[in-house]
Amino acid sequence: MSRGRTLWEISMAMLRTGILGYGGGPSTIPLFRYEAVERYRWVDNEEFGQILAVANTLPGPIATKMAAYLGYEQAGLMGAVTAVVVHILPTSLAMVVLFGALGLLRHSPVVKGVIEAVDPVVAVMLGVMAYEFLSKTWKGLGKWVGTAFAAVAFLLLVVFQLNPGVVVLVFLAYGLVHYRWADALRRRSAGQPDTGAAGADAARGDAGRQTSATHQQTSITHQP
Amino acid sequence: MWWGFFISNVLGYGGGPSSIPLMQNEIVQHYHWMTNSQFANMLALANALPGPIATKIAAFTGYGVGGWLGLVVATAATVLPSAMAVVLLLRLLNRYRQSRPVKGMTALVQPVIAVLMVVLTWQIGRDSVSGVGWIQSMCIAAVAWWAMERRKVHPALVIVAAFIYGGLILPHLPRLA
Repeated sequence: MSRGRTLWEISMAMLRTGILGYGGGPSTIPLFRYEAVERYRWVDNEEFGQILAVANTLPGPIATKMAAYLGYEQAGLMGAVTAVVVHILPTSLAMVVLFGALGLLRHSPVVKGVIEAVDPVVAVMLGVMAYEFLSKTWKGLGKWVGTAFAAVAFLLLVVFQLNPGVVVLVFLAYGLVHYRWADALRRRSAGQPDTGAAGADAARGDAGRQTSATHQQTSITHQP
Repeated sequence: MWWGFFISNVLGYGGGPSSIPLMQNEIVQHYHWMTNSQFANMLALANALPGPIATKIAAFTGYGVGGWLGLVVATAATVLPSAMAVVLLLRLLNRYRQSRPVKGMTALVQPVIAVLMVVLTWQIGRDSVSGVGWIQSMCIAAVAWWAMERRKVHPALVIVAAFIYGGLILPHLPRLA
């Protein structure tokens, strides 16, 4: 596909996500997913999840991070710049131009109705994405282990109110050694000499301790 | 100005909305570009418009303080650092995509994202119920789900339909529970 065509596609996708996303960056995520995964097929669902996760570990606005990377992956630096500019320009200009009409806008029942009627739609889109990520979790880690990890994530995020970026980092850190560790556990239960576990223990560090404890538990319950 | 917007966004975890208090701190307390009530007014307008919040605040404040150049500087400071970081980090990860550690990271991050999505759904759902009430929320949500998931209508069209319904019909309905 020609470069001009690619840039055009990026522009159209980012224009739509930019002017239709209500309620700030995070509620725009399902729109990004639709454009990138379903409409233009730039990435598959799994890669989209990975991009979203990495974007979440970094600070700053989420929507522009997604726009920058999706644009970059398709058309390099030019793509990234195009994506971000098209995504934010219309509403940035609207802020400046519309400020005079502010009083009118704020108290107009029409504007109020418009904003409120979009909330349920956004909730549905987010809910569908939540379900998709859950089923991906089950597919990747198995139903029990996956659910256990989701429960730990819920505990950290909702009950302990930890910063999402920190939680993602903890899970990523543990993910580095997850397979190695799982293999070592399987070997040990098969009665073979255990060489990998000590190294994995050291590499795991503080970050993964809580989550790996859960994992050990669930893995053990799996074994006959 | 670069510094003010750089700081408030680099320290804001979890997307634009979580940077709002930090931006308010820089704009009102630190640099005195606006009073608190001006900031509140701006925020109300920013919320009434679509698109990311942080960049709208940056654009508006930047324009007010330094004209078009101010707009560009403030927006760039908001967007550039995190955008460049995400591109660099993902390039690095993609190089090792097939390695087991990176595969493990990919697998382990899914449950966290799933929970974050559940939390976001809950928050928006709550906003929705306190805005238009239970009955309206459920009806709109049901129609939206049917259109997007069953009929595969483009989400943009569903949102536009919700705009129209909210603007033309909702104000004339009596408020239900």
